[in-house]
Amino acid sequence: MDTYYRPEHLPKFSSIAQGNQKLADKFFDYYAEVFKAGALSAREKALIALAVSHAVQCPYCIDAYSKESLQQGADLEQMTEAVHVAAAIRGGASLVHGVQMLEHVQRQVMA
Amino acid sequence: MGAPESKELVGPRATTSLVSRASPLVSTAQQLKTLRQVDLSKLPNQGVFREKLTPAGIDIFQINVGKLCNMTCRHCHVDAGPDRTAEMMSRETVDLCLAALDKTTAKVVDITGGAPELNPHFRYLVEQCVARGKHVVDRCNLTILLAGPYRDLPEWFAARGVEVVCSLPHYRQRNTDLQRGTGTFEKSIEALRRLNAAGYGRGDPRLRLTLMHNPAGAYLSGDQKSMEREWKEGLQANHGVTFDALITLNNMPISRFLEWLEISGNLQAYMELLVNAYNPATVPGLMCRNTLSVGWDGRVYDCDFNQMLELDTRYADGRTAHIRDFDPQQLATRAIVTARHCFGCTAGAGSSCGGAIA
Repeated sequence: MDTYYRPEHLPKFSSIAQGNQKLADKFFDYYAEVFKAGALSAREKALIALAVSHAVQCPYCIDAYSKESLQQGADLEQMTEAVHVAAAIRGGASLVHGVQMLEHVQRQVMA
Repeated sequence: MGAPESKELVGPRATTSLVSRASPLVSTAQQLKTLRQVDLSKLPNQGVFREKLTPAGIDIFQINVGKLCNMTCRHCHVDAGPDRTAEMMSRETVDLCLAALDKTTAKVVDITGGAPELNPHFRYLVEQCVARGKHVVDRCNLTILLAGPYRDLPEWFAARGVEVVCSLPHYRQRNTDLQRGTGTFEKSIEALRRLNAAGYGRGDPRLRLTLMHNPAGAYLSGDQKSMEREWKEGLQANHGVTFDALITLNNMPISRFLEWLEISGNLQAYMELLVNAYNPATVPGLMCRNTLSVGWDGRVYDCDFNQMLELDTRYADGRTAHIRDFDPQQLATRAIVTARHCFGCTAGAGSSCGGAIA
């Protein structure tokens, strides 16, 4: 293997069933059910998936959900805002730990 | 080619016509060849459209009255534009269409173009169809409703109960202007407001306002119902505009959209997408089975896409069909002409002039 990520792996996703058909069936059934329009529209779910794809930094998912977001009627501005939500949460997740650091400093440093 | 463009005719434009640029794709043989040459041999059906389609009776009589348009959208399958003045249905051919219509049981007359309103015989054709008790559909680009002599059309249509089917690829500006030219969105919203003011899009079944969505690129249309809900919310909240229904169509890999697919390097992937998304459940509802399409010069086709590829309808004996010798009994026994582009209508939820199929 010359690289860890291969675009041709995405369309082969279902071949993961070779090692355990039952678990794969359960997973893909669940997956399909999750993305059906419900209380949230198909477009909203695609945008959430797009944001999560960036948070988990999955290139397969970014490919798949860029395409799906467009197909479900999102445009570049909506998709960019979704990615910023991921960036804000990731950045915020780092920054909010700063409070732990701050309290550590407050405990250990003479005031 | 043709007369110089009239100033008042020039609306938003995303590109120019293939004809004005003398593109090789002006040749329909070249378009068909380009599609055939895409290597789809690794796909399950080798990218060959194998369905044998037969007609189910003519419900919709579609008349394409010409290629003249005030706009030049990037994805146009007609290669319409302000320079296409030469291809314009004559009064004589309009009358031949009406005579043919009287030989059918079609309930719907679907008038398209170009911008069909630009044909000088357009209002005559509409009046004649309404007088015959037909449900008339005008396929409208919206911006034409703001141009000088056409500004009265919302009220004129309303008085005759004409259904207006308008192109609006997105309820937000970006994707609308990308596909149809800068400024289109704003003009379209203004035109929709005028249609609303004339009583359209408010739930009155006599005054139906239908919006039509095409993707602004190399992907399929999404879920029609879901998108309709969001389009309705988006247009109402942001612009105070209402409409009755949204229909979704896939882009056909022909004419200007084919050119864009080639230039942008998307042709192979788009054809794979269409072929892989083949949905047999769409076949019974394909529009070529219940629609007949007449071109500006009276030639007859199984659909508007075949018309643009010059794939004429043929009687069982091999003769090409023309509106002047229209014979519905003989047409009922014909085989519908298909080629690779037909995967555009069978992909995903399917695609037709009436929207999704399956």
